[in-house]
Amino acid sequence: MSVLVNKDSKVIVQGFTGSEGTFHAGQMIEAGTQVVGGVTPGKGGQSHLERPVFNTVADAVKETGADVSIIFVPPAFAGDAIMEAAEAGIKVIVAITEGIPVKDMITVKEYLADKNCRLIGPNCPGVMTPGGAKVGIMPAFIFNPGRIGIVSKSGTLTYEAVDQITKAGMGQSTAIGIGGDPIIGTSMKEAIELLMNDSETDGIVMIGEIGGQMEAEAAHWIKENGTKPVVGFIAGETAPKGRTMGHAGAIVGGSEDTAQAKKAIMRECGIHVVDSPADIGTKMTEVLA
Amino acid sequence: MNLHEYQGKDILASFGVRVQRGIVASTPDEAVAAAKKLNEETGTSWWVVKAQIHAGGRGKGGGVKLAKSLDDVRSLSEEILGMMLVTPQTSAEGKLVNQVLIAEDVYYPGESETSEIYMSVLLNRNTGRNMIMYSTEGGMDIEEVADKTPELIFTEEIDPKVGLQGFQARKIAFNLGLSGTAFKEMVKFVSSLYKAYDGIDASLFEINPVLKTSDDKILAVDAKVTLDDNGLFRHKDYAELRDKREEDPIDVEAGEAGLNFVNLDGNVGCMVNGAGLAMATMDIIKMAGGNPANFLDVGGTADAARVEKAFRIILQDDNVKAILVNIFGGIVRCDRVAQGIIDAYKNIENISVPIIVRLQGTNAELAKEMIDNSGLEVHSAIALAEAASKVQELVG
Repeated sequence: MSVLVNKDSKVIVQGFTGSEGTFHAGQMIEAGTQVVGGVTPGKGGQSHLERPVFNTVADAVKETGADVSIIFVPPAFAGDAIMEAAEAGIKVIVAITEGIPVKDMITVKEYLADKNCRLIGPNCPGVMTPGGAKVGIMPAFIFNPGRIGIVSKSGTLTYEAVDQITKAGMGQSTAIGIGGDPIIGTSMKEAIELLMNDSETDGIVMIGEIGGQMEAEAAHWIKENGTKPVVGFIAGETAPKGRTMGHAGAIVGGSEDTAQAKKAIMRECGIHVVDSPADIGTKMTEVLA
Repeated sequence: MNLHEYQGKDILASFGVRVQRGIVASTPDEAVAAAKKLNEETGTSWWVVKAQIHAGGRGKGGGVKLAKSLDDVRSLSEEILGMMLVTPQTSAEGKLVNQVLIAEDVYYPGESETSEIYMSVLLNRNTGRNMIMYSTEGGMDIEEVADKTPELIFTEEIDPKVGLQGFQARKIAFNLGLSGTAFKEMVKFVSSLYKAYDGIDASLFEINPVLKTSDDKILAVDAKVTLDDNGLFRHKDYAELRDKREEDPIDVEAGEAGLNFVNLDGNVGCMVNGAGLAMATMDIIKMAGGNPANFLDVGGTADAARVEKAFRIILQDDNVKAILVNIFGGIVRCDRVAQGIIDAYKNIENISVPIIVRLQGTNAELAKEMIDNSGLEVHSAIALAEAASKVQELVG
């Protein structure tokens, strides 16, 4: 079954004709994703990668029946693009764009509150259901269809986890990159909840980092509602206080933001926490044995 | 992006927030001239000389002093300008003071007692909304207040649909125990402050203290203003306020080369693609018995030019005893990255520390072969665990 995206997902690309959009749309098509078209305002009516280009998301939805959108629009216009997708009735919106101002995301979050849609990201590697659909920028070749769900705030660290799961002889149901910004559409708890309720997922990997309360919130939810083993890792044990580590949201403010504090809470909540990111695959093998 | 106190106050004042007035000076002569001008404009006959550095706790380090005469202004400016100011928020060697703010004295005696208030505006990450945090315990370290008397800290969240409302500003003023003129002043202060926060794409305001003067004015005595870097494209004029002297020169150099770099104190340098993996790599170094010398995200295009620049920046630090390169080649091919590393290594010539290269992803086997056959002093690895044990062998 998987979650969020599958082989039936009809995907459009916002920022389709730009260099990022073009490259990754091509990679998504190659990975077997049903990319049904794209949106670039002013280029409606043209064809790109043998697919139609539309001026608006509403046009694209009307003509193609798209239900998923991936956004490669530059940061200054990305908030607007997310709201346009929501207004047009897109159900799953994946925002890859890095560097959207917090002020814009406050507006976006408020706008989406009463819309029937789910935002993944921004500043994330996207979502991938191997054998179903890739709606993101993850390298498809490291995936293998399987029964482990992966939730992560970061890009290459997600790939690391995916790769270890594959090399350990398992595979992934769905991998969800939730993003590393201070405001994101889908929290770690919500993503884990989706996988916990998925009949084709047997175990979950959660990868967090310093900053914010999201890991603690997810851990407490897992303690109350978890039905599957969860392996966890938190990056940034050695990060100094008060310095942003690459992701806008990765900064230790208070004492609850540290990797140590998060790991302690996760352990208390029954999550199998590894101290080294090299041990994610072997730990999952161990807990599923 | 962090601003100096004087820059933050100028911006707040432009939004109608009452601030303690002051004039910035870079020399003792300028400081005396500033003091004279302030006397003419405000009637103040005492002044506060305040070191302008990007760190809190300046008073504790001797960076904020009261001057009761123009001679005091001169001597205190001479003392503070050029000093290495050490505060609880700086490193042990401190920060060089390039400028002082000459400010009016606002603690003058009068009808009522003065009182200090704490106020900040920031994002509540749990709700995705801005909030105003405030307390009657101004002038103190807010973390200490949160620790000892959390009941004295209040928050007011702002609904983005409608912005800060009047009833919210009144609630804040009531909770702070104000009445009469001071109450009205506070309502205006809070409203203007939030207007400023919203208007300039700020990511933090911390006003500590906000002062109720003896004649019931409400004003900002200090101002810590941080702008959202991602919003700076809308505020080109504020982008020019960046003071690079306040940043680590290596961080600035790396930033100009498009590298995301943070200098740290350890002995093992690292070069990684992706922020999360970079933090995880630092953790691995620590577990292997070393200490990370930096955070460095080379980004998606780890080509020869960027790799070379990254090596040169890491090698500026004499404490670096080894370098761990950790690249997960997803879209980028590992053989191309390997070639970049080999070329960079040859170009730099005198690399005297061992380098461990871990390349995983597309064409990882081929990349390892290229590194192994290059004849360079480079150790290669594919699995992350393997890279970790190589670090341990070298520095653990």
